[in-house]
Amino acid sequence: MAAVQETVDQVKAIDVDQYKYGFSTELEVDKAPLGLNEDIVRLISAKKGEPDWMLEWRLDAYRRWLTMREPTWARVAYPKIDFNDIYYYAAPKMNAAPQTLDEVDPAILETYKKLGIPLREQEILAGVQTSKVAVDAVFDSVSVVTTFKAELAKAGVIFCSISEALKEHPELVRKYLGTVVPVTDNFYATLNAAVFTDGSFVYIPKGVRCPMELSTYFRINERNTGQFERTLIIAEEGSYVSYLEGCTAPQRDENQLHAAVVELITMDDAEIKYSTVQNWYPGDKDGKGGIYNFVTKRGDCRGKNSKISWTQVETGSAITWKYPSCILRGDGSRGEFYSIAVSNGMQQVDSGTKMIHLGKNTTSRIISKGISAGRSQNTYRGQVSAHRKATNMRNFTNCDSLLIGDQCGAHTVPYMECNNATAVFEHEATTSKISEDQLFYCQQRGLNPEEATALIVNGFVKDVLQQLPMEFAVEAQKLISISLEGSVG
Amino acid sequence: MLEIRNLHVSIEDKKILNGLTLTVHDGEVAAIMGPNGSGKSTLSYVIAGKPDYEVLDGEILLDGQNVLELEAHERAAAGLFLAFQYPLEIPGVATMSFLKAAMNAQRKIRGEEEMATADFMKAVRAAADGLGIPQDMLRRGLNVGFSGGEKKRMEILQMALLAPNFCILDETDSGLDIDALKVVSEGVNALRDPKRAFLVITHYQRLLNYIVPDTVHVMAHGQVVKSGGKELALELEATGYADYKTLAA
Ligand SMILES: Nc1ncnc2c1ncn2[C@@H]1O[C@H](COP(=O)(O)OP(=O)(O)OP(=O)(O)O)[C@@H](O)[C@H]1O
Ligand SMILES: [Mg+2]
Repeated sequence: MAAVQETVDQVKAIDVDQYKYGFSTELEVDKAPLGLNEDIVRLISAKKGEPDWMLEWRLDAYRRWLTMREPTWARVAYPKIDFNDIYYYAAPKMNAAPQTLDEVDPAILETYKKLGIPLREQEILAGVQTSKVAVDAVFDSVSVVTTFKAELAKAGVIFCSISEALKEHPELVRKYLGTVVPVTDNFYATLNAAVFTDGSFVYIPKGVRCPMELSTYFRINERNTGQFERTLIIAEEGSYVSYLEGCTAPQRDENQLHAAVVELITMDDAEIKYSTVQNWYPGDKDGKGGIYNFVTKRGDCRGKNSKISWTQVETGSAITWKYPSCILRGDGSRGEFYSIAVSNGMQQVDSGTKMIHLGKNTTSRIISKGISAGRSQNTYRGQVSAHRKATNMRNFTNCDSLLIGDQCGAHTVPYMECNNATAVFEHEATTSKISEDQLFYCQQRGLNPEEATALIVNGFVKDVLQQLPMEFAVEAQKLISISLEGSVG
Repeated sequence: MLEIRNLHVSIEDKKILNGLTLTVHDGEVAAIMGPNGSGKSTLSYVIAGKPDYEVLDGEILLDGQNVLELEAHERAAAGLFLAFQYPLEIPGVATMSFLKAAMNAQRKIRGEEEMATADFMKAVRAAADGLGIPQDMLRRGLNVGFSGGEKKRMEILQMALLAPNFCILDETDSGLDIDALKVVSEGVNALRDPKRAFLVITHYQRLLNYIVPDTVHVMAHGQVVKSGGKELALELEATGYADYKTLAA
């Protein structure tokens, strides 16, 4: 298994520190004053040159947010966040909107190069990358570049930053923004509505199969800065798109907040496949620093027989609070959630999904694989509900936990709500440990303990990895092994 | 050649091996018999390098090299193979992938090139055919849902592929039906070689009709209490272990 070997080589190549994306980039930055008030909200909106209705939308969210409280039901613990000790806007100083890569600060391009993110179309075309992927690169609060826009436009696909969409396609944004995750949905989503700075916008017209993978790469660089991105994807009738997001951040002693909102909408017979490889800085082994990843992701299967599929590989962040969900409104629609959540060191993960069955003959499938090592805590929290009208809905849930060592914890919290007698729920859950005997068996055949662990873990997550696009599956596999580095022995 | 001298081993403060001495020469097939709990599996684990066992005294030399200084995977790369009494399951890892990972891991430790995938597949297919293992089993998770007999065959398949120079078979015959016993024994016999030695742990003379040993050793209370030729196994079949149990005590 070459990939295992590669993984192990890579693990060895990393010195004391396992997090290889921990470098930071020195740049001239345009920053808002510290803290949050109405003026900051106005400033963000002005920086983006937004229409008035958008500013009003933000201010309304901000005022609502002031009356809200942080959720406390998740199984995570952290000191109270001082929301006035965060910078809500930080952007590298550059031309207002770079039209070509040559106008982008070389230091930023260098950053993405180091991260292995292809931004130069010609390199991708020259075959460096096996298949074509269009990238929207978001650096701190702004999108710095989006590739392959012209080619996508030929197919009628809109792929740009949400700031640009607000300028170029305001009617589309206005029509759909906040219709899946309402402004007042929850504390962090409301905060995001007030201060979101950038993110991606995707629109796939009727009957179009997006000609390439789309992806957004989020990078937090600045100190003490929150990242609040907002992503909106609309798939019109009979269309299809596969979208991937990746995330990293420098190693910092203090915690940083990332509170994103993602909204997906599928019309009749449309399909969105949304994959995430989340590798924010997890903090050091004692739990110092790291990203608080408090994210609201929700898809609305608005049309008949439409489909939304979430696949996530979560290895980073000090705390993850994230439940990508599907509202299965259209009759015959389908929601899927495939998750690998790895926690090591002092990481805390509380993640899962919600499948809300509203329409007839709706189906959902949940496959969750949690891997806990070190002194981490890993909770799967999932809700499946069958509405009164959801005749013949079916859900299948399988959540497996794998423990490495005996100081970590795995927890499974399923909620089920059934208001229709024809509904069918299936639920399977297992918890297992990598046993000493399994490790020794592999070792007896020549694998060292790290290789053996990587192999066993890869076997455990195989069902989910298979859901990722090929190139990313290989990346994800490496990432999982790296995250578990130091957990055996 | 494997030389074990005066081996004392304990686990969780329980003394299991009590000054065991045993030599197995190149090309030799040595059988070990002995009552339940006498320490046969323990001996095989200690030779293979399973953690948790405390070696209090003695030494184990493989071709003159002190294996107690090596970790289990290094011993494997040095040519030591243990066919487990209870092979482990590795869910989600296709048998074929596991075999390849093991093969290449050993090669890397020895500083050899990885085997070309095509050559590897060919070798696996040939070995599987010889042992009556259907190809589709190679795509299934290693040992997952395999029957007892299938697991044992899979151990011999791995042994054939990894071509070790010292093979320990811990009760490979238990759980095998009569036909499988023949197939597995033929598999082992095919691997007999002047440069390869075997340590065959078994409770039954029957296996030794197929894999004819050069020497037979009786273990009791963590020691080798009697050694002889293949006729010793027949003798044991008739008399049982009663004499030896008291002898060591
Ligand atoms: N982890 C352990 N802790 C305590 N005692 C142990 C442990 N492992 C093995 N033993 C004991 O060591 C003794 C030898 O066990 P071993 O498995 O080596 O016997 P064996 O000769 O292989 O027996 P069998 O013929 O039944 O396979 C037994 O009494 C067993 O209970
Ligand atoms: Mg035994």
